Order: sequence, then C-alpha cells, then structure tokens
Amino acid sequence: MRGKSKGQFLLLCLMLAAFVIIMVLPLFALFARAFQDNTGQFVGMANYRAYFANPALSRALWNTINVSLVTTVFSVTLGFLYAYALTRTNIRFKRFFRYMALIPIFIPTIVHAVGLISLFGRQGLITQMGFDIEIFGFIGITLSHIIFTFPQAFLMFFVTLEYADGRLYEAAESMGVKPLTKLFKITLPEIKFTLINAAFVCFTLAFTDFGAPVVIGGGYNVLATDLFVQITGLFNFNMGAVVGTLLLIPAILAFIVNRVTNIANMGAMSAKSTKLKVKKSLARDIFFFAFCSLIVLFFLTLIGALAVRAFTTFFPFNMTPTLGNFQFSPVTGGVGSFFNSVRMSLITATVGTAFVFVYAYVAEKTDGFEFLRKIAKLFSVLPLALPGMVIGVSYIFFFNNPNNPFNFAFGTVGILVMANILSFFSVPYLTIMGALKKLDREFESVSDSMSAPRWKLFTMVTVPLSLPAILETFMYYFVSSMVTISAIVFLYTPRFRVASIAISHMHAEGVFAQAAAMSLLILLVNVVVRLIYEITIHLIKKRRKQA
Amino acid sequence: MIHAKGYWKAKLVSLAVLAVLLFTGCGAGDRVEASPVSGEITVYTAIENVLAGRLVETFNAHYPDITVNLVRDSTGVITSRLIAEAANPQADVVWGTAASSLMVLEAMDMLEPFAPTGLDRILPMFRAESNPPTWVGITAWETAFIVNLPELEALGLTIDDIRCYVDLLRPELQGNIIMPNPASSGTGFLTVVGLLELYGRDTDAGWEFMDRLHENVQDYIHSGAGPANMAATGETVVGISFGFPGISRLQEGAPVAVVFPERGSGWDMEANALIRQDEIHPAAQTFLNWAISDEAMAIYNEAFPIISTGEGGSYYGFEGQNPVDQLIDKCFVWIASNRESILAEWNRRYGG
Repeated sequence: MRGKSKGQFLLLCLMLAAFVIIMVLPLFALFARAFQDNTGQFVGMANYRAYFANPALSRALWNTINVSLVTTVFSVTLGFLYAYALTRTNIRFKRFFRYMALIPIFIPTIVHAVGLISLFGRQGLITQMGFDIEIFGFIGITLSHIIFTFPQAFLMFFVTLEYADGRLYEAAESMGVKPLTKLFKITLPEIKFTLINAAFVCFTLAFTDFGAPVVIGGGYNVLATDLFVQITGLFNFNMGAVVGTLLLIPAILAFIVNRVTNIANMGAMSAKSTKLKVKKSLARDIFFFAFCSLIVLFFLTLIGALAVRAFTTFFPFNMTPTLGNFQFSPVTGGVGSFFNSVRMSLITATVGTAFVFVYAYVAEKTDGFEFLRKIAKLFSVLPLALPGMVIGVSYIFFFNNPNNPFNFAFGTVGILVMANILSFFSVPYLTIMGALKKLDREFESVSDSMSAPRWKLFTMVTVPLSLPAILETFMYYFVSSMVTISAIVFLYTPRFRVASIAISHMHAEGVFAQAAAMSLLILLVNVVVRLIYEITIHLIKKRRKQA
Repeated sequence: MIHAKGYWKAKLVSLAVLAVLLFTGCGAGDRVEASPVSGEITVYTAIENVLAGRLVETFNAHYPDITVNLVRDSTGVITSRLIAEAANPQADVVWGTAASSLMVLEAMDMLEPFAPTGLDRILPMFRAESNPPTWVGITAWETAFIVNLPELEALGLTIDDIRCYVDLLRPELQGNIIMPNPASSGTGFLTVVGLLELYGRDTDAGWEFMDRLHENVQDYIHSGAGPANMAATGETVVGISFGFPGISRLQEGAPVAVVFPERGSGWDMEANALIRQDEIHPAAQTFLNWAISDEAMAIYNEAFPIISTGEGGSYYGFEGQNPVDQLIDKCFVWIASNRESILAEWNRRYGG
C-alpha cells in the first residue's frame, strides 16, 4: 500500500506542477505588475487606489457586474425552461431542439454580435419592422452573452433533469401535491446544485467575454474592453494587471460557493432512481413547443443573416449571389488558417482531454493528501474566470523570458495549445468530475483489496466507464479552440495563423462577407464534430445495452 | 484600391511600374542585390491585409531567399505585443505602424537607428529627427468623415452641408455620429489631437468644441475603421474615420461620400523601424531598404494618397489639390509628451 500512495502522491504533484507552470507562474508574472509602477518599482496598492478614484474606470466594474447579473438571470431561466421542455414534456422534435440549442457555442462571440446588429441595428431586419431597441451598448452586450451562455446553462440542466428520480414525483402525485408545490419542493431542490453551477458559469463567461462588447458595446465600458484599452491603447500594463485581477472576482466567489454546494450535494445520487414518466398535458406541450420554436427560430435567423452576408457580393448594396467570399485573402492566412485552426483544435482537444481527465482523477480519487487535493480543486475553477487576454499577456511575460527554461515553447503551436487548455479547463473538469463522482468509490477499495495496481483499475474500469464524459470533453475543447479569439490574439505566430483571428481581422477591416464565410466554415466543422460525437455516443449506448 | 480611376487601372499601373523598375534597374532593390542576403525575418505590421500581402509578394519577387513572416494586427495589438516582448524581441522589423506608437517604443529604447537606402527622398516631416533616424514614415492617414447619403437625406441634409468640423454640430445630426475612442484607436487619437491643434494647443477651445460634438455623438467605439464601416452599412449617418476604409467601401458599392474637412485633417503616419536586439539580421535591413523604394511607394500610393516622398497623383476627394496640403501642422514632440494627459482628459470628459 505504501508504494501505491507514493505513486499517487507523485502523480498529484506532477499535475499540480503542470498547473503551476501553465497558470500560476505566468499569472504571477502579470499580476505582480498590478503592484508596480511602469519602471518596475513596488508601489503597494497605489494602482488600485488610482483605479477606484477614477470614476471613468471604476464604472466598468459595475457595468460588468450589471451585464453579468442580467445575463445570468436570463440564461439560467431560459436554459432551465428549454431543458425542462426536452425532459419533462411530450413535445415533438426533441432531438432537433437539442441540437439547435448548441448553435451559439459553435461560432465566435464576435459573430453573435454581428448577427444581432443585422437584426436590431438601424438597418436591421427587426428594426425595419418598427421595433427599435438600442442595440449598441448594454442591451447588445447582454443579448450576445445570453445567446452565448444559454447553451451552457441548457446543457447542465438537461443532464440533471434527465437523470431525475421519478419516484419522488410519483409519490407527490399520489399525495395530490399541486404542480407549483412540486416545482418548489422537488424540482428546485433537485437541481439546486446545477442551478448554482450554471449561474456561475454564465456569470463568469459574461464577466470575462471580450468578443461581443468590443463589437456591440459602443461606449458602454466593461472590464474586458477596459483591459483591452489599457493594454493595447494606453500600453499601461500595470493598470491592465489591476483590471485583470478584478476579473478574477467570480472565480474566487465560485470557489467559496463550490465548497458549500459540494457539501450540500453529498449523497444526492442514488442507484435506485427510476426514470420519470411524463404525464400528458396538451396546454403544457403547446406552451413549451412554442417556447423552444421561438428560441430556435431566433438562432436560425442569426445564422441566416450570416449566410446572406457570406453568399452575396456586398450586403446590403449588391445582392448578387457569389461564392467569391470563400476565397480568403492569403495574408489573413487564407484557407490555410482554417486548417491551422482545425489542427490546433485537434491537438488541444487530445492533449487537453488527457490532462483534464488525469487531473480530475487524482483530485477526486486519490486517498489522503487532503491539502494538495484542495489546492488542485482551487486551481481547477480559476481558469473559468481568466479572460483570454489575461492568459495571452501573462504568457508573453512568462514564457518569452530568455531565462525561462520553458522559453522554447514560445512562438510555437505549443503555446497556443497550452493557452487553450488552460482557458477552457474548468467546464471539462466539472464534466469529468461529475462522471467520476458517479463511479462508486467501492471500485478503488475492491481493487486495492485485490492488490491490483491503480493504473490497471484506471485503464480497465475508470476510463471505459467515463467514455461519454471523455468524448464530451474532447468535443468541448475542440469547439472552444475553434472559436476563441482573445486567448491567442497575443500569441499566434506568423507561421501559424488561425481562423478565428482571421475573422476578427476581416471584421476590423470591413470585409464582412469574408468574415461571415469563415464563420460558416467554423460552424460547419463544429457541427460535423458534434455529429461524430453523437454517433459515437449512440454506438456506445447501444453496445452497453446489448452487453 | 482607392485610386480615382479604379482598381484595375491601378493594378495595371503598378504592374507597369514594376516592369519598368525591373528593366531599368533603378529600384532600390537592385542596389542591395550586389550582396545577396537570405534567411528568415519576422515583420510586425499594421498595414491592411490586402495591401500587406501584395507588398510581401513583390518583395519576394526580388528576394526569393528571404522568408518574411508577417504578424498583421491593429496598431494597438502590434505595439503592445512589441512592448510585452521587449525582454526578448520576437520581431526584427516593425513596418507600417503608427509613428505615435513607434515613439512610445523609441522612448523605451526599443528601436535601433537605421538609415535605409534612399532616405534622402523622404520629406523631413515624415521621419524621426535623429540621425540616423529611429523611424521612417511611408504613408500618412488623416481624419475623414464617411457619410451615408440616403440616411443623410432622410435627415433633410445634403452632402454639401457636411464640409467641416462645425457642420458636425448641426442639430439634425444629434445621435447620428460615431467616433473612434482615442484611447483604443490611433485614428481617434489623431482626430482629437488634430482638433486640439486646430483650435490652439494652449486654449480650451478644442475641448469646448468636443463638448458640443459629444452632444451629437451616438457612440465612441474601439476601432478607427469601424465608424466608416458603420456609416457604409447605415448603422450611423456620419462616421469619423480615415480615408482608406471610407473610399474602399465607396468603391465596393456602399452609398457613402468621403469628406475631408476643409480646415484640414489631423493625421498620423505609418512608419518603419528596426527593432533593437543583440544581433540584427541583415535581411531586416534589406527589407527596410526595399520598404521605402519607389516600387513599394507605388503600391502604398494606390491605397494612401499621401506617401512620405510627397509625390502622388490625383485622388478622390483631393481633385486639383496636393493631398499633403490636407494635413494640418502638427508637432509630434508636443503630442508624444502630452499623450497620456490628453487621453486622461478625454476619458474624464467623455469616457464611461
């Protein structure tokens, strides 16, 4: 047994060391600047005092909180209702609705903002019909964020609601409990854990996103655009670091709450749960069908607006159909940048999935080493709150130091992969953690009592049983790496340009049609990857049923 | 491609220029070919993609053995990447990036003075004063109003009503003007500085004008070309931007007019510099020599009416006028030393 725990200890240390290198040290290199002046002198809290003394700056913090709160309320509510419709009603086309809900995560956030402008801008389809909302500013940012975070909330609720315990509802039914009471007494407690997690994921994504506010935010400053202005406009890395630390607020909150909910969640799962039987109710089904249709219609309109731009010569002045927009300028990396994106995303997904899985495994299944495991869990939630730009700049400071032994990674694809693995770490971690928690800890006890090595248990039992979560993680990493802009804008190398960066350039240069065409390509490849995932999952389930 | 006579003509002209240069051997390139250099250099640039790509192709026609790795991004991203990488520079050359940014790099001692071949042709106003110069300008860009004509008519105005800055104060334009944020956009900054210079550096008149302009501004955005694009798609009526994107959208069919304000435009230039590091790659110097050659200038000139040799043809918006005359008198030293306080004042008045 001693040898066994030594091996576990080493693995745990190795994982923590990896995290120290890809996150802690680079962040330290950047955040140290929050307490320095521009000559590198230590100035204590002076930068923070300057920040909060300047209303034009500190307002961004309240704006960001405002946007994130509203986004969270809407995304969580809509995501819950949508998931409810797909699990607790008898509406038709459930599979179709399930896939369509994911569209927004398949394209960069900057594209949602562009889509919203073509619907709600001055010349927008909906504005022309007489509904004028002020899309530039608070409303535009919030809408973009709701669109982007809705699928994340939906997915989390969907998983929880699908595995609900039908026995509780049957019991309530036989006791004549009213529907509203059922909602508050059974459904809500049942999804409490998911609700809190979903709220935090939505809040944090909205808190740190940069793509949407930069296009549609106008003069409504949020922290992410402020960070951009401080670094790329004022070249003030010290104040940039200050803003960067403020962006960590949700991560720290998430950690505190996560501790609480983890305890509350103990023993919620039971092996005896039965599948819920959905009652008949036409009124309910009509309501939810209309609700889901509206949301899907909205998403399709956004994609439609994109497609119209991509296939016409110069929207809206020259509507001649053309395929010419798919001939990308070679300087943005041309179509090569698209294949680079695919390559980068495949590497990220492969390495990232392996890393997250092993990491989650040692954090969850190791015996003892409570303190180290606590640190491992703290590390795991932080990346969610790290804006891509913070990662990018801190990577320059850390990895581009000639005295750094890891300097060789700078300027290679490796640095992009590392930035992406870190950037998108938290959600896959939660997914895998969820899957691992469902695996009985008895496996470990039995394996140990049989003196079987843990790696054997890991490869023969843990990995195969977690295969769906592994595939989901792979897909999440792939899709996210395809669409990210801010994580790599400071890191991409001249020899390796990627499609999402190309889109932001095309947008900035006003070649909207090419930007739309490239977005469609990204959407397409992400849909294909999703399809492969669905088919694989389907095959696995079928085989398990047969077995 | 904004030559008044259109894209194809411009293309033909540039091909002809190229042919002449190759035949007569008068290009700056030939002078260096005596000592052929090869290798790989990394060039950071803010020059528009369409243009940068053709320029590098043309360069490689002369120097097939030099591989140019191009990092193309906005002026802000390019500059901040260079600053962040200062401890271990990744770029050999910074090409076509705002002089006001290069001055920030200069103050951080990041530029290596270098006199490219043919420097004598460059007008004094377009190069650093030091000798050899730390940076050399290639083109200038200037404040322009991009006006959406149908939207303007809907407000009861015509294009003749929009001739200069004061016209932007018309009550009809309230909530119909988009301007770049000077803290995040070089174009925004040169416009603000231009107004301060026009109304007198030592008075508050420039700020007072901007206070009134602020009443009409629909939004300040984080991109210099953005307002032109928004005017082109009808998201605003007047976009305060610069000539290039406006004229590009015009030629692509957008119903816009490009107005260069009568009193003159604030401006900045795109300039080149050598990045200071322990070992200077000889190919970097070859590139910088070529980058101010007549051949390169001819290509810049297709997109930018104003090139640093002061020569040029007839351009949209500048009929019968030397485009250089559109540029207001400007004191780069004053601007460089007041950059932070100007931006802080702007932010105090209009930010957030």
